[in-house]
Amino acid sequence: MKNQVAITGMGIVSAIGNSVEQNLQALLTSKSGIGISEHIQTLHKDTIKVGEVSFTNAEMVTQLNLPENNNYTRTALLGCLAAKEAVQNAQIKAISAYKTGLISATTVGGMDMTETYWKQFATDPEVQKYISSHHAGDSTEKIATSLGITDFVTTISTACSSAANAIMLGARLVKAGKLDRVVVGGTDALSKFTINGFKSLMILSKTNCTPFDANRNGLNLGEAAAYLVLESDEVVAAQNKSVLSYVSGYGNANDAFHQTASSKTGDGAYLSMKKALKVAGLPLSAIDYVNAHGTATQNNDLSESIALQRIFGKNVPKFSSTKGFTGHTLAAAGAVEAVLSVLSLQQNTVFANLGFTTAMPETGLTPVTQLQKKELKHVLSNSFGFGGNCSTLLFSK
Amino acid sequence: MKTCYIHSAMSISAQDSFAEDGSFTEVQIYSDYKISAVHPPYRDFIPLSQLRRMSPAVKMGVAASQQALKKANLELPEAIITGSGLGCMADTENFLNTLIEQDEQFLTPTAFIQSTHNTVAGQIALGLNCKAYNTTYAHGSVSFESALIDAQLQLEAGEVNNVLVGGVDELGIEFVDYVHSVEHKQTQPIQVPLSEGATFCVLSSEKKEGAVAVLKAVEINSKIAEGHIGAEIQAFLKRNKVDSSEIDAVILGNNGNAFDGYYQNVENLFSETDILQYKKFVGEYFTASAFAFWMGAQLLDGQPLPPAFFVRKAAQKKYTTVLLYNQFKGSQHSFVLLTQC
Repeated sequence: MKNQVAITGMGIVSAIGNSVEQNLQALLTSKSGIGISEHIQTLHKDTIKVGEVSFTNAEMVTQLNLPENNNYTRTALLGCLAAKEAVQNAQIKAISAYKTGLISATTVGGMDMTETYWKQFATDPEVQKYISSHHAGDSTEKIATSLGITDFVTTISTACSSAANAIMLGARLVKAGKLDRVVVGGTDALSKFTINGFKSLMILSKTNCTPFDANRNGLNLGEAAAYLVLESDEVVAAQNKSVLSYVSGYGNANDAFHQTASSKTGDGAYLSMKKALKVAGLPLSAIDYVNAHGTATQNNDLSESIALQRIFGKNVPKFSSTKGFTGHTLAAAGAVEAVLSVLSLQQNTVFANLGFTTAMPETGLTPVTQLQKKELKHVLSNSFGFGGNCSTLLFSK
Repeated sequence: MKTCYIHSAMSISAQDSFAEDGSFTEVQIYSDYKISAVHPPYRDFIPLSQLRRMSPAVKMGVAASQQALKKANLELPEAIITGSGLGCMADTENFLNTLIEQDEQFLTPTAFIQSTHNTVAGQIALGLNCKAYNTTYAHGSVSFESALIDAQLQLEAGEVNNVLVGGVDELGIEFVDYVHSVEHKQTQPIQVPLSEGATFCVLSSEKKEGAVAVLKAVEINSKIAEGHIGAEIQAFLKRNKVDSSEIDAVILGNNGNAFDGYYQNVENLFSETDILQYKKFVGEYFTASAFAFWMGAQLLDGQPLPPAFFVRKAAQKKYTTVLLYNQFKGSQHSFVLLTQC
């Protein structure tokens, strides 16, 4: 295949670990990262479960060698850590040796600091430094600075499908020869804003989430950052690099049904999966595993299941949602699950869909509930969001 | 590689740019530190039942996109791509204030679900029942240009035949005041009002009757030293095989702050060329540069622009090649090259 887009590095900070290796160990031992929040001061602290990163902000500031008077939001701190790991993992020494871009995704940007200091912004000069760190592009700029990327830098914000779209744009830019390599992914910190937003929608679970289960009762929010380094064939060949896997397909469609809910027919999901398969030029039978969006809300899991049955018919591949490990990490989810999908391919392993016991009556679909070894060549990953945004990525060995 | 034609461009701004024929000659001068857009009668575009819940960003986006589609004679775009620096600020503020004031209790979700950056693109898709590619960029002052790059990439590769592209930001209520109060403490702060607006256009790979201009090139760059900006512009033109002597108008994003030296350096490259500015009249916001895109399209379409926009103007002439340059505080640079059809 011409103009392949290679993945040569990955980095991740999530509720199940602060590196790719730690995430892998948790996945291989089926150890969930969902629990009671330790860092965030919210009224709902004891009644909801979240997927929280173990680091405090202060610990991350120290690790990143930042000055004390910095205005880094938690979103930026998480992003910098994960992006640095990805670049290190890709063994990039001189970032400007090739035309390199950064495409990062976030939903609420610097909201974690904004909501903390909102009522002080008008009067307290000490906290006004966080006014300029509110907008979505701020964390991206800080990640670019920490990586030394000065060229093509942008941010995508399409709710919970954001990072999948960042990976998609990166792959398209490399394919078109506009960039030699690109760091792609997303970052979102837990905030009272999103916790209360999802709570007001009544889709937060009080227990560990149970994706695709008949009795699923909502999602667990999570926070995370994850990035991948994508490089062109030429860069890979010139440097004799080892390739972790390839971004072989991508698709984006809109459900155009409702601002927040997915359609009963799963149109958007169906179309984005169909497009991704077409871009990759792969038959349905080539897909060995689906890392589903699977948030464990009534609405998403039914809609996604129907879309899976529409596209795969009776032969729905092995599938699981890894939200039971990490929680739903919003803008970062597409990148978190991209890292997990690549790990699946490398390990020839389907990770468990935690918490599942009973198939939903509407579809009868059963995900993979125990860690399973299986030769994998192609993995499909779904990410859907508010605004009807549906995106699918395909990763291949 | 296919050519990227501009079939229409419509802009809602603090000036009368959304008038029926899209042309206006008189400018409004503002002295406030923040100004609203000249909002059209939205009930002409949006059913009243929906209008009530919509924030200014959604209203501006839906109205401007409808007119852009209408002018391009297009019913259903093959992609919808928007840029918004701050997203739906009014609903964000609303949900945040309620959350704090009610101590995280008894909240309703409406403001939350409308607070995301992709609300405008989502609402447009919903209104058109458009299931096509749909995405939103939120990277400060290159939010709109990022959307343009995505659109051009798809059109040039022949993945789609047409795209609806837009940039939109709304003023909101209080965050803008916090931004202003911090800005005001700078030694040389932004001298133009903080503002809002929406610009939407239809881009297509088909040349057709009524096409306004061609989007020849668009690039973004995160960091450029002030002394290097001239060389970067020259390199951009060279990459696109355009000689600087061919440029007959340059539209610059001056806002009066300490970083206007970038614009002076660019202006110095083009001693004979028409120079235009706009932020004094439409204000500064993250997608203000989309208004410059609208201005460029107007020039190439032979439409008049208010004389006040011209810093320097030669006698009567026809425009063939227009360069747009914008930056924000020395970061988020964008270069856009527009040519006649």
